[in-house]
Amino acid sequence: MKKELGIFILLVVLCAITAIINPRFLTPVNLQNTARLIGAFGILSLGLGVVIITSGIDLSVGSVLALLGVLLSMAITQWHIPGIVSVLLIVLAAMALGLFHGFLVAKVRIQPFIVTLCGLLFYRGAARFIASDETKGFGSATGMESLQNLAIGNILGIPTPFVLLIILSVVMWVLIHRSIYGRYLFAVGNNEDAARYSGINARLMIASAYVVCGALTGIAAVIFAFYTNSVSPSSHGNFFELYGIAAAVLGGCSLRGGEGSVVGILLGTALLQVLQNLVNLIGIPSSLNFAVMGAVILLGVLADQLLKQRKK
Amino acid sequence: MQGISKRFPGVIALNNVSLEVYPGEIVALVGENGAGKSTLMKTLGGIHQPDEGTIKINGETVTIQNVNDSMGLGIGFIHQELNVFPNLDVAANVFLGREPLSGGLLKLINRTKIEAQTDVLLKRLGVDVSPRTPLSELSIAQQQMVEIAKALSLNTRLLIMDEPTSSLTLAETTRLLQVVKDLRAQGVSIIYISHRLGEVTEIADRVVVLRDGANAGTLTREEITHDRMVTLMVGRELQHVHQAKEANANPNYFVVENLQTKRYPNQSVSFGVGKGEVLGVSGLIGAGRSEVAQALFGVEPALGGRILLGGEELHIKSSQDAIKHGICLIPEDRRHLGLVMDWTIQDNTTLATLTDYAKAGLIDFAAENKVAIEMSQKLRVKAPSVAAKVSQLSGGNQQKVVLAKWLLQKLKVIIFDEPTRGIDIGAKSEIYDLINQLAADGTAVIVISSDLEEILRISDRVAVMHEGKLTGILPRAECSEEAIMRFAVGSH
Repeated sequence: MKKELGIFILLVVLCAITAIINPRFLTPVNLQNTARLIGAFGILSLGLGVVIITSGIDLSVGSVLALLGVLLSMAITQWHIPGIVSVLLIVLAAMALGLFHGFLVAKVRIQPFIVTLCGLLFYRGAARFIASDETKGFGSATGMESLQNLAIGNILGIPTPFVLLIILSVVMWVLIHRSIYGRYLFAVGNNEDAARYSGINARLMIASAYVVCGALTGIAAVIFAFYTNSVSPSSHGNFFELYGIAAAVLGGCSLRGGEGSVVGILLGTALLQVLQNLVNLIGIPSSLNFAVMGAVILLGVLADQLLKQRKK
Repeated sequence: MQGISKRFPGVIALNNVSLEVYPGEIVALVGENGAGKSTLMKTLGGIHQPDEGTIKINGETVTIQNVNDSMGLGIGFIHQELNVFPNLDVAANVFLGREPLSGGLLKLINRTKIEAQTDVLLKRLGVDVSPRTPLSELSIAQQQMVEIAKALSLNTRLLIMDEPTSSLTLAETTRLLQVVKDLRAQGVSIIYISHRLGEVTEIADRVVVLRDGANAGTLTREEITHDRMVTLMVGRELQHVHQAKEANANPNYFVVENLQTKRYPNQSVSFGVGKGEVLGVSGLIGAGRSEVAQALFGVEPALGGRILLGGEELHIKSSQDAIKHGICLIPEDRRHLGLVMDWTIQDNTTLATLTDYAKAGLIDFAAENKVAIEMSQKLRVKAPSVAAKVSQLSGGNQQKVVLAKWLLQKLKVIIFDEPTRGIDIGAKSEIYDLINQLAADGTAVIVISSDLEEILRISDRVAVMHEGKLTGILPRAECSEEAIMRFAVGSH
């Protein structure tokens, strides 16, 4: 819990600094925008967090977003599948990809880094090929407003993606921190052999983490596709897996596995988005965007490390 | 070492402990788990700094801040868990981190030199191994010799050995003890930590006993006897007698027929264990005993054969299958297989039976806490609370947590693999009591052990394995160290 508190304080300080330097930070429009992005990225990060807890990794997330975004657009505008059905199919497809990754990692025993690195390359290529390298949009297909509201709408003034994130976070919190399943995930991530020797089906647990990650990636894919409203297969979702991994690590997940919390991941995501917002608002050249993120993540992890050593 | 004290949050690990070692002397350091042996040695090894007290070498007060200081002062440390690199060869291991260089700016490792020097060291220890052999091809005993060679190459004047024989076979132990004696003859001082009092009696010039972080007494060469050491260690007398049981009603309760394991695919093993019987399984390390246990527990499923429980054939393809039928395994390597070391006692205790304290898949934390506390009290786990991490417990207490995990469910067959490895006498006899209790409750118990004393003490019958084969099953009346060893080396 202390780790989460540290990150929470950092988040508050960052918000305060930004607000003081540029009061526009606190305008409803800006807050809504930031919350919308936190919502979309948060859903992504939760999925990655689950995989990271099992000491895995998923590098394919960004490319999956592009592939699924292209497919969603084509399903609705070219194949004329009803919108809601298309969305469900997309989420199912994402879970199927997750299952495939899980199978390769848990059953065939290929390292998750390699499995999902191949996925990163393959899905990006597939997206570009399927879309003939053309940007895919949703045009003015009828009956789209309600679906698009998933990404750009508000509920009681709160951006829908943020509301979705809160709902999913509660579900994930219960799953990870209150259920047997969650305990098993941590056991497997911490010591797979000891878990197996305690009668836990370790392979099933690992594979399932990729399916959960797939489901959340699928939901995020729908939101991102409608949010951008035009999916460019070569750039849509680029680096997004790294935002997710960064948020999870900032939030206290260990890449060695067995550690992490939903609250931490949420705070990590929020921190990264506020940081982006800060870069825009206080006039740091946007070319430095990545440099600032990299530096802050490094400092965060460094501070955590120093605090840990001092405790010892 | 004079008046050494060390406090950790909440515990006084060492309270005014003193220890002297003379040149060319073997001092055995004995005591129960948590008596402070390891902590005391870690202050010499530079891993902990004492809060009070002084360390003097040849009359000069020294401070040991880290491992390098310790090595610089001529102190060598052979840990219970070996610190070797299996992927490197012998010479590279011995000179790791201080390789003699050649080639000027290129800083190439002078292989000729390190191989020659390593060869000299190995000869001094009487080890017939080439410096070019990768460590992964050596036995545990040979790897240990490499560690000793490494310590000697640092001009070690004081060698600390922590449970050096815990994973050695009888023959290897004899050899190691000879090496220790040779080193003494060469003027090296040795602090020898062991729970095996037979060895201590054989080699120690003096025995220093610790109890609860303080000196409990010192025995000179003439005074050293098994019973005196035990009395000082635990402050009470221990019972060693095997409790004879009545003839078994159902000797073929748990039956294994033609079991084949991956390690020895061309051999098969058959035996039966009665309800309430303790079957000891003896043999040399590598005889394939653990593999049989892993096959029965389903973590490394058998290649072939039948497993029957109460006349019914079981199909065990995973540990879940085994547990479903009431079979469990207490593995040899409790740190990697038995426990999640970063976790608390509570989380480890309930890991195998979580579904019993859950509703609709959600954990009932209060119920979980309650059973963890109950089990800890029942097995007398020494810890501040069930929220303590198991990594902070002594070996004996860790083993009790592993046991607690399994005793929470109804067991029909329980397999122990080296149940008391690295565990002190007090905790040992508690574990023996538990094994007897389990048998008395009608559980079929299989105990794999390399410790003959242990096998003879607890077994109703003894099965002996040699290179994947079951070479003999001895009824209680025919068991003796000699008889078992004959079967273990395959010369019956």
